[in-house]
Amino acid sequence: MRWAVVVFPGTNCELDCHHVVADVLGQPADFVWHKDTSLDGFDAVVLPGGFSYGDYLRTGAIARFSPIMGAVEEFAAAGRPVIGICNGFQILLEAGLLPGAMRRNDNLKFRCHDVHLRVENAATPFTNRCRPGQVLRIPIKHGEGNYHADRATLEELERNGRVVFRYVAPDGAVTPAANPNGSLNNIAGIINERGNVLGMMPHPEIAAERLLGMEDGRPIFESIVAYVEGTAGARWVPAAAARARSRETPGKGGAADGR
Amino acid sequence: MAADRKATARPWEEVGLTHEEYGRIEGLLGRPPNPVELGLFGLMWSEHCSYKTSKSSLKKLPTRGPRVVQGPGENAGVVDIGDGIAVAFKIESHNHPSFIEPYQGAATGVGGILRDIFAMGARPIAILDSLRFGELDEGKNRWLFGGVVGGIGGYGNCFGCPTVGGEVYFEPSYRGNPLVNAMCVGLVDRDQVFYGRAEGEGNPLILVGSKTGRDGIHGASLLASKEFDERAEERRPAVQVGDPFLEKLLLEACLELLNTGAVVGLTDLGAAGLTSAASEMASRGGHGLEIDLDKVPRRETGMTPYEVMLSESQERMLVVARAGREDDVRRVFAKWDLDAAVVGRVTAGGRLRVLEKGRVVADVPAAALAKDAPVYERPEAEPAYLDKTRAFDFAALPVPADLAGVLVRLLAAPDIADKSWVYQQYDHFILTNTVVRPGSDAAVLRLKGTRRGLALTTDGNGRYVYLDPRAGAAIAVAEAARNVVCSGAEPLAVTNCLNFGNPERPEIMWQFRRTVEGLAEACRALGTPVTGGNVSFYNETLGENIYPTPVIGLVGVLEDVERDQTTQWFKDEGDLVALLGPLGGVPAVGLGGSEYLKVVHGLVAGRPPALDLDLEARVHRACLRAIRAGLVKSAHDVSDGGLAVTLAEACFGGPGENAPVGAAIELPAAGPVAGGAAGDATSSPAARLDAILFGEDQSRIVVSLDPAGAARLRRIAAEEDAPLTVIGRVGGQALKIAVAGRPVIERPVAALKKLWKEAIPWLMK
Repeated sequence: MRWAVVVFPGTNCELDCHHVVADVLGQPADFVWHKDTSLDGFDAVVLPGGFSYGDYLRTGAIARFSPIMGAVEEFAAAGRPVIGICNGFQILLEAGLLPGAMRRNDNLKFRCHDVHLRVENAATPFTNRCRPGQVLRIPIKHGEGNYHADRATLEELERNGRVVFRYVAPDGAVTPAANPNGSLNNIAGIINERGNVLGMMPHPEIAAERLLGMEDGRPIFESIVAYVEGTAGARWVPAAAARARSRETPGKGGAADGR
Repeated sequence: MAADRKATARPWEEVGLTHEEYGRIEGLLGRPPNPVELGLFGLMWSEHCSYKTSKSSLKKLPTRGPRVVQGPGENAGVVDIGDGIAVAFKIESHNHPSFIEPYQGAATGVGGILRDIFAMGARPIAILDSLRFGELDEGKNRWLFGGVVGGIGGYGNCFGCPTVGGEVYFEPSYRGNPLVNAMCVGLVDRDQVFYGRAEGEGNPLILVGSKTGRDGIHGASLLASKEFDERAEERRPAVQVGDPFLEKLLLEACLELLNTGAVVGLTDLGAAGLTSAASEMASRGGHGLEIDLDKVPRRETGMTPYEVMLSESQERMLVVARAGREDDVRRVFAKWDLDAAVVGRVTAGGRLRVLEKGRVVADVPAAALAKDAPVYERPEAEPAYLDKTRAFDFAALPVPADLAGVLVRLLAAPDIADKSWVYQQYDHFILTNTVVRPGSDAAVLRLKGTRRGLALTTDGNGRYVYLDPRAGAAIAVAEAARNVVCSGAEPLAVTNCLNFGNPERPEIMWQFRRTVEGLAEACRALGTPVTGGNVSFYNETLGENIYPTPVIGLVGVLEDVERDQTTQWFKDEGDLVALLGPLGGVPAVGLGGSEYLKVVHGLVAGRPPALDLDLEARVHRACLRAIRAGLVKSAHDVSDGGLAVTLAEACFGGPGENAPVGAAIELPAAGPVAGGAAGDATSSPAARLDAILFGEDQSRIVVSLDPAGAARLRRIAAEEDAPLTVIGRVGGQALKIAVAGRPVIERPVAALKKLWKEAIPWLMK
């Protein structure tokens, strides 16, 4: 399989994502410049973290208009795996590929430290190498990771197993103290209705090697490989997908989202 | 602006020069300078750019060594670390801008040092920051501290270079003049190092990156080369504004461009903007430059030639390309949506000619600007306060009854307390190289594609230097090297940032010269040449000078990062705890200038701890050999707060699975003082409990090890002639310290850690 690592101006985790895919997993991977318009020949897409366009407007708000985003939308619509990490998650929200919006961290500061994530759904293309309920230690590094969505959207996400990762204490308990940024329901990562687009704030690419003291991020990339290569075990069939045909709430942003 | 006005009777004053300096300019030009030319000289002959006061002293620093590829005089120093890899690194100050506008001042300090590194062709891989503020009980100091930390994070996080280390101290002497010193480290192929030289007649001069505006005019001459008064805030317009996003694009574009082979030399535009970049490139390359100001992309209209030449607009670089390759440059920069404008060319001769609308507005020898500033041997005099501080009698100092209480107060003192409030605002993971994060003695980075690693640290203790500049400066080098050794690395080379008061005062000049002597002595003894740095004078507000504060940035190399990387935290119950180096215990030797003296007794007095550089080197060799032999599970240097604080910090545990753990320590009544023979355990009658526990005696490292390795460690220590004493065992939930069989401290580690961890967040609430 071949991986695309999309680079927007101001993306700064592209080298790290490429390193994990190419050097740690030994998978072919290419950088795709945001002015490109095609993702032909790729089997998985990574939107890495960073500060696209400086994030001087809302995070991700300009990047969603980059030429490559049309191809990303088509890629996602074809049911192929897209993972957005940190700024990549923010871009997916702005592009409407995932519902909800980001606000500034509740302490109004950039935060860089380890967090613990509970795997809430282990049957996705991104978590099939994890156990349900497994607690992963992976760092965050962001200033705007405070996930918000309206109540209906939240309920829909929760009901259909679309909350994939939740901030928890090391023992797996969901507590306010374990929530680093004020995200509703301690949400750290979600997938789209179809289950092939993941957005997550923590950075699995910096937690994939023993030498760096953290390896819990690697299974996320390995899961994608297993999914694409068809060696993943149970595939997640969104139970409610057949019933609920409610469209995603596009992340419209706007002043109400705050910054 | 001076150039726009009619000539005044004393034109030199407008640009911060003296009458004598003006006369020297007339002599060099053979005529009076026109206002634009005078402006150029005003900048380049400012203290900040010319080093006219410090130059003769700095010559005493050792700058050569087998690993040094580039010493002082370029954008950054470069050392060869083997495997075809070189490291470019430098530290610089941004003190005055940060006092006026903390967020942008600190942010642009980081931006400037990043550009210095990629100007050498290196990709920045780490930032470190050494900070000093007034005490946190004052609102203004909290505002400065918060703003500076925010600015460093704001720039580094967005740019995408991890901030992996540094230090923060709080002293009343910095309340009117905080210190913000930023260090950057980059990697470059050994044979791909670029230099800031203009060579090859006819080659185009290309200005790339951001457009030029009126921001930051007079940053170097008026902000950095003058002391502050109560009107300091009026100089806020001289502070630049940073755009880390643009700098990230500039980095990628520059590195892409350097790969095309189209570049002869490049340099960054920092202090003194185009003036400095052009005159230094020309002067280093032995050529001239012609600049056509009409070609400079601008962000505002109506700028005078003077303003364009002096602008300190950020995120700009000056490139000399090979003639005929202009389109390659344009193509790369167009990809990144950045300006690349041919603004001139390299000429024969050595003149810097500046044209506007076809008219020559300045025509001066480039070397006159960059090299011919006067060199001053300013008068010096030993400061009077030293008589008093040296005469301090420790016998008159009471030993506190509650020593555990003292330990608690020290752990909660902001100088010692946990700094995660700071570094958690910095991305310290990006680039996936961070093996040891902030919080241990030194940061450790792996070097992808090799077995090696880098250990990085900054160090400097203004109190010690205030009490004895020569000894204090030597301690800064020794401690930086010790930090790196504790992390498993061999110390390689040093960059320094020398922060001082107004050198026109003889006492400051005395402090400065003694400091440089101390640095030179320690760098020689420890084999760590100085490859560059920065001098920041005029750190004075309303007549109050800062403590003389040399900050040392030190780079070390780990032979095998997987095998050798070592942290300061105890690992396993049952491990032995040993002290490499002297036991200490004599107040006059270890308590002078200590954190204990300041926090508990409210005193800054005595002489700094005695330092025997030969003993220091032996301790380093023993520690490094033991680490490389796989004997050492943790190593932590003994510094602020002495042995008791060092032991507590070792108990606190690190990130991930490295949980807190207790230790039971048994100290003899006193050991050999610094310089004493190894194994000499005769008690000194002068030993006291407070000095044993909190003395900051030098050349000491607390290590922990599997008991099975004790005999081998003893052998290594004996072979290196380094004192070694087994002082206890790791285990339990409490830190227990007994001296001569009598328990003196027993506290649960969890309680100590809580106080240590919450001190700074509580103060910043």
